[in-house]
Amino acid sequence: MTPQETVERALALPGADQRVVIVDEGSTANLRFAGNTLTTNGVTRSARLTVISIAGSGVGVVSRAAVRPDQLADVVAAADAAARDAEPAEDARPLVAEGSDADWDDPVRRTSIEVFSGFAPALGECFATAEASGRRLYGFAEHQVDSVFVGSSTGLRRRHDQPTGRLELNAKSPDMTRSAWAGVATRDFADVDVTALDETLAQRLDWAKRRIDLPAGRYETILPPGAVSDLMIYLYWSAGARDAADGRTVFAKPGGGTRVGEELSTLPVRLFSDPARAGVECLDFAVAHASGREQSVFDNGLALTETDWIRDGRLTNLVQTRHSAELTGLATTPQIDNLIMESATGGGTLEEMIAGTDRGLLVTCLWYIREVDPQTLLLTGLTRDGVYLVENGEVVGEVNNFRFNESPVDLLNRMTEVGTSIRTLPREWNDYFTRSIMPPIRVPDFNMSTVSQAN
Amino acid sequence: MREIDPDFLALPLRRLADAALTRARELGAEHASFRLERVRAETLRLFDARLEGSIDADDLGFAVRVVKDGTWGFAAGIELTPEAAAAVAEQAVTVAQVSAPINREPVELAPEGVYADVTWVSAYDIDPFDVPLREKVDLLGDWSRGLLGQVDHVSASLMQVKEQKFYADSAGTITTQQRVRVHPSITVMKSDGERFDDMRTLAPPVGRGYEYLTGTGWDFPAELATLPELLAEKLAAPSVESGRYDLVVHPSNLWLTIHESIGHATELDRALGYEAAYAGTSFATFDQLGELTYGSKIMNVTGDRTAEHGLATVGWDDEGVQAQSFDIVRDGTLTGYQLDRRMALLKGLGRSNGCAFADSPGHPPLQRMANVSLRPAEGGPSTEELIAGVDNGIYVLGDKSWSIDMQRYNFQFTGQRFYRISGGKLAGQLRDVAYQATTTDFWRSMDAVGGPHTYVLGGAFNCGKGQPGQVAPVSHGCPSARFRNVRILNTVQEGGK
Repeated sequence: MTPQETVERALALPGADQRVVIVDEGSTANLRFAGNTLTTNGVTRSARLTVISIAGSGVGVVSRAAVRPDQLADVVAAADAAARDAEPAEDARPLVAEGSDADWDDPVRRTSIEVFSGFAPALGECFATAEASGRRLYGFAEHQVDSVFVGSSTGLRRRHDQPTGRLELNAKSPDMTRSAWAGVATRDFADVDVTALDETLAQRLDWAKRRIDLPAGRYETILPPGAVSDLMIYLYWSAGARDAADGRTVFAKPGGGTRVGEELSTLPVRLFSDPARAGVECLDFAVAHASGREQSVFDNGLALTETDWIRDGRLTNLVQTRHSAELTGLATTPQIDNLIMESATGGGTLEEMIAGTDRGLLVTCLWYIREVDPQTLLLTGLTRDGVYLVENGEVVGEVNNFRFNESPVDLLNRMTEVGTSIRTLPREWNDYFTRSIMPPIRVPDFNMSTVSQAN
Repeated sequence: MREIDPDFLALPLRRLADAALTRARELGAEHASFRLERVRAETLRLFDARLEGSIDADDLGFAVRVVKDGTWGFAAGIELTPEAAAAVAEQAVTVAQVSAPINREPVELAPEGVYADVTWVSAYDIDPFDVPLREKVDLLGDWSRGLLGQVDHVSASLMQVKEQKFYADSAGTITTQQRVRVHPSITVMKSDGERFDDMRTLAPPVGRGYEYLTGTGWDFPAELATLPELLAEKLAAPSVESGRYDLVVHPSNLWLTIHESIGHATELDRALGYEAAYAGTSFATFDQLGELTYGSKIMNVTGDRTAEHGLATVGWDDEGVQAQSFDIVRDGTLTGYQLDRRMALLKGLGRSNGCAFADSPGHPPLQRMANVSLRPAEGGPSTEELIAGVDNGIYVLGDKSWSIDMQRYNFQFTGQRFYRISGGKLAGQLRDVAYQATTTDFWRSMDAVGGPHTYVLGGAFNCGKGQPGQVAPVSHGCPSARFRNVRILNTVQEGGK
C-alpha cells in the first residue's frame, strides 16, 4: 500500500466528521567513526501513519508505525473513538481546504548506503593521512530522506520530500589534549569536501600547539556562524507567542502582552525563516501530528512563507497557530524548519573580523547549552574544540575552555559587529535543526563564567 | 507478576528471527542478532485544566546486527515477513562490507551464557494503556483545577511508555521482555507583575504503572497542596548572594548531579574516546581504574539493571547479557565502568555488566547507563540532621537546569527550591541560585550521606547519547547528602543585570 493509497483509504472510511491523515516515510544511512576507524553504521527505514479525527470540535490522534492494510481500519476507528470521547478542543478551527502538489502521486524517495559511495573512500584517505600526520579523526556522517504526505477530508493533498545530510568532523592530537571541530550541512553529500575540512582542522590543531591559560571573565569574543546558530536556534525555540502572552518567557511584556514591536538590537539585523531560501529549502506547509503550545492539528496544510522574527533589530513576530494568533492579536506565523540571520548593511567574513581584532577570543563552538532563567533567556554552556586568542589580527594560540552564562536576547543588544552570513551547521542542535544561515558576530564582553578543565 | 501481552507474542517473532539469522549465517557473519520491538508511548498535556494535545503513538520494527569479517553491519526494517527479515540481514552484511575499508579495529565480543527462551516483565500493577484517555485527562484536570485560583497557570503532563522486545542471536539466546514506565508532572506558574516564576512537582518518573497516579509510590494530592504556598514564597524570596556555601542536597536534585558527573563519566566507551566527537570523553580515564579518588571515603556508587521500579531495569540487555549489579565507586575510589560486550573484551574486563540498550528498532545498541546510585549510610542521619550540621548554607530540592562539560569536569545546576540554612536551621527560600563545581572537588567535599530512610529513586525518560541520537530511561537512587564550601552563583548577576 503506497502512502497515497493509505491517505485515501483512511479518509474514505466512515466515522468521524472530518479527518486529517499524515503518512511519514523515512530512510537513513549513517557512518560513525572514532580514532581513524569506523565504529558503527547502519541503514534504516520507517513508516508512520497518523490519523487525526474530528468529531464536533473534539479531536482524537492515533499514530502507528508500519501499519499493514488489514490494520488501517483499526487505527482510524481508534482515532475516531478518541475524538468522540474528547472535550472540545480550544484550538478548533476550520480545516485548511486548499492545496495540492503536482507530484502527489510520485513514488516515495529514499536514500541508501550508496549515498556515501564517493564520500567513504575520501574519508578513508583522510584516515590514512591523519594517521601518518599524528591526528585522530572522529565524527559522524548521516543522510536521510523524509517524505510526508498530508491529506484531509476538505481536499488537501500536500507532500514534501526533505533530504537532510550532515557531517561532523573532529580532529584530535594523539594525547587528546588538542581538539578541533568542523561541520557541514548537505542535501546529498556530493558537495562535501572532507579533505578540505581535514586540512582546516590540521591548521587549527597547529594553532593549539601554543597553549595560553586565561582566567574566567568578560572577553571581547568573536562567535563564528555555527556558534551563533546554536544561540539563535534556542531563541527561536523560545519564541512561542502563547507562552509569551501567558507571561512565561523573555518575550513577555511585564504587566501583560508580548514584546512584539520592541527594539532588541540597535544594529539592523534580521532574523527570519524562508522555506524557499536556496540551500536551506524546507517544508512549505504546516504539519502537526498533535496540538501543543505552538502547533495545532487544525493548521495542517497551512502555507508557510518568508517570515520575519526580528527585522531591523525589532521583534516582529512570534511563533504561533491560528488559535494563538487570535488570542494575541498578532499574525499567524507557524514555525518553519530553517533560520537565517543577516545584517542589512552586510559585513566582513570571519577572517576579516579576526584581522580586525586587537585582542579577543575566537570561539569554535558552544556545547551543552541549557536554559538557566526563562525570564531573561539566560543560557549556560561550554566552549568546545578550540578557543583561540587573537592578538593584533592574528591567532596566537589556544586558550583553555570556559563555561559561559549569556542570554542570546541580551547578546543581540550588546553585539557590536555582524559579519557576512553563510550556510552553517549548529554544533549543539544539529540532531534536530540543520538548515541555518548565520553570520559571525563580535561581542565586546562575553561572560566566560568559569574555567573548564576539559580539552 | 504480569505477563507479556498476547498480541505481542502473536507477532511472527521466531519466524522472522530464524529467517534473518539463517541468512546472516549463510552470508558468513561471525555473529548476528535479531531484535524486534514495539514501543508504545502516549503523551497528554493540559494547560489550565484544558487538554492542549495528546498523541498515542507506537514504533514497531526489527533490526539485524552482524559482525562480518570483524566489522559491524546494522540494518533495520518494518515489514514483518520472513522474506523482509532475510533481506534486512543481507543489507546488514552489505553495510558491513561497504564499511570494512574504513574499519581498522576488528570487532570481538565478550563471552556470555546462552539463555534459551527466557522472559521478563517489569513490576507494575495497572497497564496505563488499559486506562481510558478520558480518565487520565479527568484526573490531571482535577489536579489542575485544585490549583487554579491560587496560581496564575497550571501545566500538567503525563508520559506513558510500554516497551516490548524480542531478541535472538546466533549463539542461541532468545529473550522476550516487557516493561512499563510513567511520568506525571505538574508545574504551577505565578507572576507578581514584575517577575514570574514556576515550580514543578518533585515526583520522579518511575518504572510503575498507572497505580503511581492513584496512590502507590507517591502521594500526589499531598504534594500538589503545598505548591501554591511554596511558589508564592519563592516569588517573594530574596536573591541569593553569590559566594561559597555548604550544601545539603535532597535526592530530588542530587540524582541529576549523579547522572551527569558519575553516570556518564563512568561509561567505558566514553572513557576510551568512542563518543569523543559528540557526547565527549571522561576525566575518569581507564588508566585511573582502581586509583582515582573520585570522592570522599563515604562515597559508594553502584550500577545496576535490577532495582525494582528502576527505569534502566531489565532482565537481559540488548546483547543478551543478564542484568547485574556492580560497583563503580567504592570508599571514594573509582573501581568500575559500565560496559557492553565489545568494551568488556577490548579492555580484558571479562564479562559485560549488561549495559547495552537501543531505544528503538531502528537503532543499534550502544553502551547506555545502568541505574547508577549513591548508597546511603547504614544508620546514617536524617535530612534534618544533615541540615543541623550546617552553619551557613543552602538546602537544594528538585532538578531544573543542568549543564556539564565534555569531559565531565565542570558542571552547573539549578533546582526547584533553595532554602537558606542559618545556624543549622532553614531560614526561608532563596531565588536566582545555581551551584557550580568540578566533579571531583564536589564529591570529595561530601562529608555526610543520609541514612536509608532519606533514599529516593529519581531519574529521567530522556537521557541522550550517540549518533544517530538515542534516548534512554534511567533511574538514580540516592540519600540526602552534605557538601562543604561549594560555589554558588547568582543567575541574575550572571546575566549581567
